[in-house]
Amino acid sequence: MTHSGIPVYKKKTYNKPLELQNQSKRHQLVIVGAGPIGLAAALDMALKGYDVLVLTAFEFISAGSKGICYSKQTLDYFDRLGIGERVVEKGVIWNVGKVFSGVQKDPIYQFDMLPIKDQKNPGFVNTQQYHVEDYLCDALENMPNVDIRWGHSLSGLKTKQNGCQLQVSTKDGDYTLETEYLIACDGARSVVRTLMNLTFEGKVFEDNFLIADVKFKQKRPSERWFWFDPPFNPDKSALLHKQPDDVWRLDFQLGWDIDKAEAIKPKNVDPLIKGMLGDDIEYEEEWYSVYTFQCARMQRFIHGRVIFAGDSAHLVSPFGARGANGGFADADNLCWKLDLVLQNNAPEILLESYNQERVMGADENILNSTRSTDFITPKDPFSQSLRDAVLELSLDTDFAPAFINSGRLSMPTPYLGSVLSTEDRDIFHAGPAPGHPCIDAPIQSDNIWLLSSLGGEFMLLHFGQDAPQSQLKTLIFPTDGLAAVRYGADEGTSYLIRPDQVVAARWKSASFQDIEQALNKAMGKG
Amino acid sequence: MTSLITQTNIKNPDDIYQKLIDLHKGLTPEQSQKVNAKLILLLTNHIGDINVIQQAIALAKPR
Ligand SMILES: Cc1cc2nc3c(=O)[nH]c(=O)nc-3n(C[C@H](O)[C@H](O)[C@H](O)COP(=O)(O)OP(=O)(O)OC[C@H]3O[C@@H](n4cnc5c(N)ncnc54)[C@H](O)[C@@H]3O)c2cc1C
Repeated sequence: MTHSGIPVYKKKTYNKPLELQNQSKRHQLVIVGAGPIGLAAALDMALKGYDVLVLTAFEFISAGSKGICYSKQTLDYFDRLGIGERVVEKGVIWNVGKVFSGVQKDPIYQFDMLPIKDQKNPGFVNTQQYHVEDYLCDALENMPNVDIRWGHSLSGLKTKQNGCQLQVSTKDGDYTLETEYLIACDGARSVVRTLMNLTFEGKVFEDNFLIADVKFKQKRPSERWFWFDPPFNPDKSALLHKQPDDVWRLDFQLGWDIDKAEAIKPKNVDPLIKGMLGDDIEYEEEWYSVYTFQCARMQRFIHGRVIFAGDSAHLVSPFGARGANGGFADADNLCWKLDLVLQNNAPEILLESYNQERVMGADENILNSTRSTDFITPKDPFSQSLRDAVLELSLDTDFAPAFINSGRLSMPTPYLGSVLSTEDRDIFHAGPAPGHPCIDAPIQSDNIWLLSSLGGEFMLLHFGQDAPQSQLKTLIFPTDGLAAVRYGADEGTSYLIRPDQVVAARWKSASFQDIEQALNKAMGKG
Repeated sequence: MTSLITQTNIKNPDDIYQKLIDLHKGLTPEQSQKVNAKLILLLTNHIGDINVIQQAIALAKPR
């Protein structure tokens, strides 16, 4: 089933707004967009107890080809949102990526996405984006404090000192809403951004990619395979990746001057698929589409009471799976801060650290995805020679494969120099420094994990006896386990952990004052 | 920080110069460019120090 050219995964119910009968109230929080990021932010805030209103244009979850790779950091966030295990169970777990070049049968390079083993979540899980959206919706639809309005489009916006007024369009007419805060998760072509006249700058990569999602039953390993210059797509690249339900993502670089409508015709897609998988492959089309990619971001992600998250704020090419993963990191970073501010437990300036930290995240994602794109589609003769030189040298030397960039897959961005962090006073030889995400470790033999025990509030992680006095919930670990090794901990070491499981401060020996001071700083009161 | 050596550091400049020229004999400009790229990568990896490489890049840039 399709709807104005968009394939439908699941129909949702449109409801006529009560506001059309003049029943309007002021909201604390409205989210625009029920894509993955808007839904995650909605669930996060709803779990924190807020009434959440989500406005979203379509009346369905789309089945189009979008994100498929979800990173460990995203899965850790999903665990806190309560959908992690469902996503991992549905998904295809993979850790190995292989890179092929030319007619060469063996990979010229191979990588492992989870170099540190013994963590709860795998390096990556692949699943269709609609499954993630569906699971988020299931969780949200069970909550009485959530109102997702399918078929309600934001069409006007007036910003005010203490909130904004929204105009919403439905098939039954327009209405207005007042809200204290607005989170704009309305995607790459954000209407909120346009209505506010905000710029979105970056560069477009002059290339087209055919995304062919197909279904077949051939047995193949759950690995990411990437080709440079394969015989079935000479001088260009290709990618093969597994999704659940026997669906595979095939991605073929097409070049710049092409006819997009022609490119997705089965008679033109078929030779590429057979070239990659063999002439005897029997497959069914799920969805074919052609994409061009760009990297861009807003200058700031916060404008008064309007906060941008996900593709509305930043856009990357998909090599590296940094789009949705970067957006989930936005939601994770934002929601605990917004919670503290709405509760009056922290000053509004705390939100500014969302801007600082997530701009850092977006820049890192844009840098990495630009570099990957430059390697995959060299844009001048010298870039081409350098790229080919790397591929050829990879057959003869051990060092060259490190230069092969078929997408540096999404890793959490450390918030170096964040205003919320307290820099190290003591010397650490290992462990996550302030601004870095916590590392997972098994804490008992029976499947209990460090990250799962942290939950989503400020906490103290202490190693050894005599935990320092503090108002915080404290988790105590022995000094001889894997956790102690991973945190570079001795007897008396403490870590202050933020609700998004980022390290705020750490000490070899902390006093009550040390902790109070660092906690204040991490809450924007420093 | 290690500095890029800009004083003479080789005993036989003429030999090395000739080897570089010989390497490109009979190559198309395209092949030449790839050979140069390989050479740069091999030497860059040998040097290994990004500071030294950055200094070389700065010196090599057209003015
Ligand atoms: C081919 C491809 C492969 C990708 N692979 C990956 C991957 O492997 N991993 C990864 O992390 N990312 C990947 N991405 C990127 C990922 O799909 C996006 O980053 C992600 O969808 C962004 O989510 P979002 O919620 O910010 O925006 P969107 O998903 O675009 O959602 C925006 C929502 O807002 C709604 N909306 C828009 N305007 C209005 C309005 N005026 N009023 C109300 N609602 C509105 C839309 O209907 C939509 O529901 C890929 C993308 C593509 C195209």
